[in-house]
Amino acid sequence: MNELGKKVLAGDVRAASRLIRNLEDNIADTKTSLKHIFPHTGKAHVIGITGAPGAGKSTLTDELVYVLRKRDKTVGVLAVDPTSPFTGGAILGDRIRMIRHAEDPGVFVRSMATRGSMGGLSKAVGDGIHVLDVMGKDYIIVETVGVGQQEVEIINHAHTVMVVQVPGMGDEIQAIKAGLMEIADIFVVNKSDREGAPKLYKEILNMLNMSQFPDGWRPPVIKVGTSLEPHEFNRDVAKIVDEIENHREHLIEKNLLAGRMRRKTQAEINEALRAAILEPVLDRLVANGELNEMVDRLTKRETDPYTLADEVAKKYLVQPE
Amino acid sequence: MSDRKIRIMIAKPGLDGHDRGARVLARAFRDAGMEVIYTGCHQTPEQIAASAIQEDVDVVGLSCLSGAHNYLYPAVVNLLKEQGADDIAVIGGGIIPEKDFQGLYDAGLKGIFTPGATLDSLSEWMFENITPRE
Amino acid sequence: MFTKELLDQSSQMRKKWEDEVKKIVAKHGDLKERWSTVSDLEIKRLYGPEDIKDMNFAEDIGYPGQYPYLRGCQATGYRGKYWTFRMFAGMGDAKTTNQRWHYLLTTGQTGLSTAFDFPTLMGYDTDDVHARGECGKVGVAIDTLDDFLTLVDGIPMDQITTSMTINPPATALWAMYCAAAEIKGIPLNKIGGTIQNDMLKEFIAQKTLMCPPEPSVKLISDTIEFGTKHVPRWNTISISGYHIREAGSTAVQELAFTLRDGMEYVEDAIRRKGMHVDEFAPRLSFFFNSHIDFFEEIAKMRAARRIWSKAMRERYNSQDPRSWWMRFHTQTAGCSLTAQQPYNNVIRTATQALAAVLGGTQSLHTNSLDEVLCLPSDHAVQIALRTQQIIADETGAANTIDPLAGSYFVEALTNEMEEQAWDYIHKIDEMGGMVAAVEKGFPQMEISDASYLYQRQLDAGEKIMIGINKYVTEEEIEIPLVEIDDELEKIQIERLHAVKRKRDNKKVKECLKDIKTACEKGENVMPYCIEAVKNYASVQEICDIYREVYGVYRDPGMY
Repeated sequence: MNELGKKVLAGDVRAASRLIRNLEDNIADTKTSLKHIFPHTGKAHVIGITGAPGAGKSTLTDELVYVLRKRDKTVGVLAVDPTSPFTGGAILGDRIRMIRHAEDPGVFVRSMATRGSMGGLSKAVGDGIHVLDVMGKDYIIVETVGVGQQEVEIINHAHTVMVVQVPGMGDEIQAIKAGLMEIADIFVVNKSDREGAPKLYKEILNMLNMSQFPDGWRPPVIKVGTSLEPHEFNRDVAKIVDEIENHREHLIEKNLLAGRMRRKTQAEINEALRAAILEPVLDRLVANGELNEMVDRLTKRETDPYTLADEVAKKYLVQPE
Repeated sequence: MSDRKIRIMIAKPGLDGHDRGARVLARAFRDAGMEVIYTGCHQTPEQIAASAIQEDVDVVGLSCLSGAHNYLYPAVVNLLKEQGADDIAVIGGGIIPEKDFQGLYDAGLKGIFTPGATLDSLSEWMFENITPRE
Repeated sequence: MFTKELLDQSSQMRKKWEDEVKKIVAKHGDLKERWSTVSDLEIKRLYGPEDIKDMNFAEDIGYPGQYPYLRGCQATGYRGKYWTFRMFAGMGDAKTTNQRWHYLLTTGQTGLSTAFDFPTLMGYDTDDVHARGECGKVGVAIDTLDDFLTLVDGIPMDQITTSMTINPPATALWAMYCAAAEIKGIPLNKIGGTIQNDMLKEFIAQKTLMCPPEPSVKLISDTIEFGTKHVPRWNTISISGYHIREAGSTAVQELAFTLRDGMEYVEDAIRRKGMHVDEFAPRLSFFFNSHIDFFEEIAKMRAARRIWSKAMRERYNSQDPRSWWMRFHTQTAGCSLTAQQPYNNVIRTATQALAAVLGGTQSLHTNSLDEVLCLPSDHAVQIALRTQQIIADETGAANTIDPLAGSYFVEALTNEMEEQAWDYIHKIDEMGGMVAAVEKGFPQMEISDASYLYQRQLDAGEKIMIGINKYVTEEEIEIPLVEIDDELEKIQIERLHAVKRKRDNKKVKECLKDIKTACEKGENVMPYCIEAVKNYASVQEICDIYREVYGVYRDPGMY
């Protein structure tokens, strides 16, 4: 095991953060570190929190961390925010809501930018989960940006998926789209003091009534009031933690944990294959100008993408006998 | 595919809540392509140092307009040093009389920026002076 | 407002003027393409009768002392009484501040204004871990009544009014003022002054935060109720726009958010305390910024008077004309001053002060030239005070009431700002009110956007600050800087501990418990606060009760 890997295993915060950084920046040697720590992963319970911007995910996460700590659990948080497609920069503003945990050695909060990863959470987030896992965190919370495909992709990484909705944001319609209903293990109606909350709550229940639950787990729907009433807020969030633990037990009982993780490992191997096979080929095509040529030919309608791809495959892949 | 982005944390230590400058800078650095972890007001030096290490930032930008910079800024520098993170640069802005500059540099600050600098000049300074480390 | 003949005539003459302008500009060009205020409000080259032709003289302009008070609340204007020269002052410990206060009074100021240090502003005692490094740096350090009595030593509390810039801990500090008065034998119905006590603008701009919005507004209603019953000469709230503007808002945003904050407080006092609007509205006061664009500020203040009086009559059915008066204090804009070439600040402050006077302010603070760098020196503060005195006694600005009324430009600008402000006010109404808008982050984001735009424009040279992006010099200007000794923190902590040792700690515990019960039951906390401070409970001890019962507000950090 290399130096960085050893430090991470020992719980060194800086080393862990540096490793995540290397993963984000795709530094050459990072794969080695990942190879070393991978065997030690698989212990933490991963919670994915998704929901539209403004749903209050960060404030919820902060309170979840508080409750979990009171129950003596260690927590890692990956807070994901969008990278600006125009400037490549990002303001990562989730940590600000979790500052009260900054000095708690049992809590590790890491802000991550999506870095324009096409369709879904960046690979670095998936790897970041491994790093926090190896550090020995009991729970890992991944808070996504909650827009588009990321909402659904979280299922590849989490054992328990929590979908957060807020009344008055047209969420009644949002719940139907993008397959959110299928992936949620827990529904949260946040800011439930607002107008439209009872309606939203009912709509979710109605949809659940029309669904099947082959796993035997019917997602609970939990109402959470305003965070400005700290005592009640804490009580509501404690209910969520109870359900998370119920869900975990359910997965263990029904032997479903492995199945959930299978989804992740499937995605990971796909991604690794893509990185190992497709990217080097693409890089070569870009470097020697072939990609440009292909685009020109396509634009002139001299050929089609599939023919071109077959040609590339023939040229660069070792053909089976 | 490997472009190391500069990660900067912007924080306001102490009790001063005037965050206009900090917020404007957060946007400016984002527009210049950096990743900005904006942690807002009312932080203790301990919280700032702990956060900076968790986030593995290259630089911590402090803003204080209450005159408490001579205590707060070196406190952050020292905490980072104690925790083995003195390679994280610390820069400071706000209301700082020139006569305090040398003392702050001596305490370990890498840059001091007071009102009057343009946003672009600050971004440029960052690109010239801050290198994301290996 | 004008006859058809006049408008026709004007139209003809205007055409001639426009043609002339076209010719000259085609040949020589203008200095720049776009002419706007510092808030980026576009201004025309010329204003004429057509710009205000739809105004109704009686309903829109009228006379001073008559609804809608565009020309002023008082019929006699400044001839009866100049605006109060009220310089914001506080530094180091109570004794030093007391000295500065006496200096200001002998130099000719006519009202007191208290600046507290950050620990006090945030409801912490000097010995709290959060207070490290901050003691006395931006204002006076007050921990207990012991400090407060030193602060007001030799001050005739029945003859002079005192303003206190304090927000979350306002109940505690006002309790100390009341306690001090009673100890000096002055009944509460004889003392006058103001507590800023405006939490909504804290959430929007200044960020001295403690408890969430709802309980903060409740505490404010407590002070309104207590003041109405027991301290009738006291303005229990100074609904502020100054800080909103300093955070980077435009003038219209400052106008709209401030007045809408005021409306929120009115609605809360009515709803929560069951008070009738006219019971407390006459004692509501406002606080505006006077920024560098001369005419925009004058128009803003005039528009504020008209908007508030209309709101009070039409939205809240107020019957008492005194409730319709928008009375305000003004401070010249701190954010417009530069550290570079600091003497330029004297001119900036002077024009801003003049704008406030022409805008009809009831009370005025003028910034000192060195305030960009430190607390003001005696000499700098004297210049700032003299600025007001020269305006009052030499310039003739106070000779006549609302001198700019009838100016095509100023009336048009006043109308435009009022209209845009109402748009914001209605938008916030639709969001469910100011508390709801704050929770959604609306005013905060508007301010962030405006301040970012301004900085970009400044960087691009579209907005100018002399000494920053024009007429920049390399010279080093040495101005004497006031320093607060770091040793002071230790001394103040010892002082606090000595008070805690000497006092009856059992009694203090009981008093604090009473405050807690009052909070839990929804009772008015003021009487209990006064009792507590008389027994030397500290600012933090009282504020910790609020934190415990109501919870601590954490700023969501919108950028």
